[in-house]
Amino acid sequence: MTWADTLLLLPELIAATGASILLIVPVLGGRARGHMAKWAMLALMAVTALAVIGSTYAVAGVQQTPTFRAMFAVDAFSVFFKLLFVVVIALVTLLSEDFLSEERYSTWEYYSLLAFALCGMMFMASGVSLITIYIGLELLALSSYILAGYYKNHEESTEAAMKYFILGTVSSAILLYGISLIYGVCGSMRLSTIAAALSTMLSNDALMFGIMLLAAGLCFKIAAVPFHVWTPDVYVGAPTPISAFLSTGSKAAAFAVFARVFYVAFPAFHLDWSNVLAAIAALSMIVGNLAAITQTNVKRMLAYSSISHAGYSLLGIIAMNEMGLRGILIYTMVYVFANLGIWATILMLRRHAYAGESVEDFRGLHKRAPFAAFSMVVFLLSLGGIPPTAGFIGKYFLFAAAVQAGFGWLAIVAVVMSAVSMFYYLRLVVAMYLEEGSGAETIYSPSLRFVTALSLTVTLVVGFIPELPIRQVIESSSHLVGRVVQR
Amino acid sequence: MDALTASIPLLVFVVVGTIAVASSILVVAMRNPVNSALFLLLTFLCVAVLFVMEGAEFVGAVQVLVYAGGIMVLFLFVVMLINVRALPDDRILSPYWTGGAVVGAAVFVLLVALVRPGVYHEQNDNPLALRSTTVNARHRVVQPDGTTVRKRYTRQQVVGNSEAIGMALYRDYLVPFEVASLFLLVAMVGAILIGKRELGIDDEDVDPQYIVDRVAEEKEMKEAMSA
Amino acid sequence: MPSTSDFLMLSATLFTVGLIGVILRRNMITVLMCIELMLNAVNINLVTFSHMLGSLEGQIFTIFVITVAAGEAAVGLAIIIQLYRLKSSINVDDARNLNG
Repeated sequence: MTWADTLLLLPELIAATGASILLIVPVLGGRARGHMAKWAMLALMAVTALAVIGSTYAVAGVQQTPTFRAMFAVDAFSVFFKLLFVVVIALVTLLSEDFLSEERYSTWEYYSLLAFALCGMMFMASGVSLITIYIGLELLALSSYILAGYYKNHEESTEAAMKYFILGTVSSAILLYGISLIYGVCGSMRLSTIAAALSTMLSNDALMFGIMLLAAGLCFKIAAVPFHVWTPDVYVGAPTPISAFLSTGSKAAAFAVFARVFYVAFPAFHLDWSNVLAAIAALSMIVGNLAAITQTNVKRMLAYSSISHAGYSLLGIIAMNEMGLRGILIYTMVYVFANLGIWATILMLRRHAYAGESVEDFRGLHKRAPFAAFSMVVFLLSLGGIPPTAGFIGKYFLFAAAVQAGFGWLAIVAVVMSAVSMFYYLRLVVAMYLEEGSGAETIYSPSLRFVTALSLTVTLVVGFIPELPIRQVIESSSHLVGRVVQR
Repeated sequence: MDALTASIPLLVFVVVGTIAVASSILVVAMRNPVNSALFLLLTFLCVAVLFVMEGAEFVGAVQVLVYAGGIMVLFLFVVMLINVRALPDDRILSPYWTGGAVVGAAVFVLLVALVRPGVYHEQNDNPLALRSTTVNARHRVVQPDGTTVRKRYTRQQVVGNSEAIGMALYRDYLVPFEVASLFLLVAMVGAILIGKRELGIDDEDVDPQYIVDRVAEEKEMKEAMSA
Repeated sequence: MPSTSDFLMLSATLFTVGLIGVILRRNMITVLMCIELMLNAVNINLVTFSHMLGSLEGQIFTIFVITVAAGEAAVGLAIIIQLYRLKSSINVDDARNLNG
């Protein structure tokens, strides 16, 4: 570890230092100025984003020590995800403003925990050893448990935290068992060494079992069937901005890990594990979408919809080709922004006596908040994968990748289930535009408006001029894809 | 005599392993969490013995200090804090316990069937591997022209297990080690945030800040009155 | 000296016992203890492989796992205490506000 290595850690160091400062401020008398916390957090996110971009330019010239390189990689892939994470956390910060002003919970610690979660996510995206990945994942998970229980005087929130905690720790124990088996077979926890060991192996049951357990642990984090049971309960019980974070940021981070681990370490055993993951993906799409149809609570519906989206994104990992990896990157981005936009609308309705949770609250929204209703339609279409929106581009990549890889049946399931999903997405559209009703009151704060506008811009820009983001994604993914081709 | 000495490790393993498994089963079976906690402690200690048998002396020590010393005390504190005796103990097992037992049996069969016959990485035959570390050293090389140059090289040096781990932890695994420190910070903050007693409306009189404000207010009022 | 697979079987047994405990027991504190059992089983695996491979990586990872277990126990117990304050119960079945 030299100073040059430290330079590459700069974004993480800044985020961690910033998070610690946010913790100290209330002790120094900042408690009374709770509203300042948001701006401090946004400033921290801006600096972190600059550091992430800056560190990419440093990579070429810096001589890294081998031991550092074995733990931590700064490559285009990790930079793509880190920027996405920073934006997500910044948007979640904006979403949290109203929630924090309503209740007498401390704001500084809340943002500090979000910043620590960001640290964990960044280490997950950059980790090239199972050790770094695991500890980053736990940092994210622990922050998430605490944040899910942040409404600590509400039974629902504490129960959500409990449920998330128990299932989360069990899943990480299972993941660890998988890691230990992989270590025993391959003799190392470095992804590249594992890949090298695998390429000389014919077939190995213990290793396959280890990979499956590792996949099961990660499937819990992305909420894929049959590891999804926590999702609806936690999304409903947790504070709404945290549900937004769990369904976007924490999932995106898990996908970053999923993609890196499987594309770098396990390509040699693709034939063996792809069928199991294909079954998980198909189940997620089917169960998620069918269960979402019957929901009347919008948060619960979003939870099931996010389960189905985990299934779509898994196609990119199952396909194991360039198209698939690009699909994961694009789709994660598209999904994150569409989802954050929808959560912003829910928060807008939420203000008075917990409205905004049932579909009825959306009735006649286009009269009271035409912009919100319009952008909501765009987000829903994007999640459904309808052409002029970004969701179509993402799904096109994923489905095409699956077909290329010979998983035509899975692509058909995905297309059919996308059609099914339009059914419940359109139910919200119908409620907003065609049904009359008092609905819930709306209070559209500037922060929520900004989140909606930004998400809308991204969703439409990616939908109408996809060349730009796609070029970026191709660059970001080329590093990992190169390894796939090498094989 | 030699055969006897050679069989001691196996004997230790069988005894300690049996105790570990038996007490872990008792952790699950005990009605009172205090008993569960004490059997858990026994399991932890047995596992520490196994660690030492496997050449992981340092990890064994950490296991005793952190698990048996720290985590167990935490558990016992919470068990005492929550008055367990006051809790109804009629529902020890979940209503789905038969399903759980079947799942457990299936998992065990799966583990035995897949893990035991597994083909693992080849065995290492260097008995000192777990207690050696690489060190930077210099040695003199005599050049053809007669001058000597000091050259750096790395060599394996046999030290203790703790020292080897320390070198690895602070050199090769520094990045995850730092993340672990962040993790502990978050754990501390989280435990305080969630565990501390929130001041309710009734407790406002004991909120220090409230008292300070109140005193200041009264002082101002007095000054205003006297003026 | 007991063989690698002996240790693996012991670890598998502990892991299964822990998993069964998580599924069967309703008392949250006991559930948390069972999770610790599962983590301990993983640690045995890691140390065994570390011994077999002659690499310290497994032992280092074990230290991280112990760290994580300690942190998780602290937060988990805090959540349990908070839940007990709210509901006067630490039975998993009583956490039924969110019927999933």
